[in-house]
Amino acid sequence: MSEPMTALGGAVYDGVVTVREAPATGMVLLRADLSDSAVQEAVRAVIGLSVPGQRGTAFAGSTGLLWLSPDEMIILGSHAESRARVAALDDALGSAHALVCDVSDARAVFTLEGRGLREILAKLAPVDMAPDRFAPGEVRRTRLAQVAAAFWLRDEASAQVICFRSVAQYVFDLLSDAADPANELRHFPR
Amino acid sequence: MLILTCPYCGVAAEETELAPGGEAHLTRFGPGSDDAEFESYLFYRENPKGVHFERWRHANGCGKWFHAARCTNTLEVFGTYPAQTTEPPAALREAISAKRPGWSWRSFSEET
Repeated sequence: MSEPMTALGGAVYDGVVTVREAPATGMVLLRADLSDSAVQEAVRAVIGLSVPGQRGTAFAGSTGLLWLSPDEMIILGSHAESRARVAALDDALGSAHALVCDVSDARAVFTLEGRGLREILAKLAPVDMAPDRFAPGEVRRTRLAQVAAAFWLRDEASAQVICFRSVAQYVFDLLSDAADPANELRHFPR
Repeated sequence: MLILTCPYCGVAAEETELAPGGEAHLTRFGPGSDDAEFESYLFYRENPKGVHFERWRHANGCGKWFHAARCTNTLEVFGTYPAQTTEPPAALREAISAKRPGWSWRSFSEET
């Protein structure tokens, strides 16, 4: 198979936080009623993680589950694995009403590293980023300036942002501009 | 700024995350209906000053359509509820009655 290419070739910006385009990430989209026990069991059997609750995430190593809506979930993993994962999930889901699709190349993934990331995201998204309102483990689908995106915190000093590949440059520029040291905010306690 | 809580993902979403979908609980008149019914379905709206029921979509979010009850006069939001229904839930109607005695909207009112 051909070599996967990320949208921006691993672009990096060093500012208040380090904005870095993540290496090619596998993403499998699952559309199904996530409260259906047959679906939950199939996911547990194939992925080894329990389906997270509302706006929840679940991680084990490089594998992760992101709750996107009551009937939509993204399964993160290695890019090379995702095709096999689609087949395995399709098998395990059997006759359950579900759609599984490899969308690994549909999106761009960015990593933010540094203590100032709450302010960076708060500048761009209509989300309360106060530490007691948005904690690691929650995934938030929202907008960054003018485009749809989603993000979650891995811990207080690192976050991941995903957006559609077609707007990768726009989102990278937004994040870089927000992370410019000349624009630094210190709103939240660090 | 209008803030509506999406009943599907639980996010208190502000207006820029949402897309408006017009009036809620319309009865569709399609093929086979007479002109007057079709005209009312297409064009006749309540446009009230006061209690109002609307459709919204959490467009920059979980993407789901839902219903919202609010006051067009004060922008007070009475509540939101899922789209898979043809009428507002009883608990919400009671809450509206407590705040706006005597309200009515289309076939819904304080008494029903």
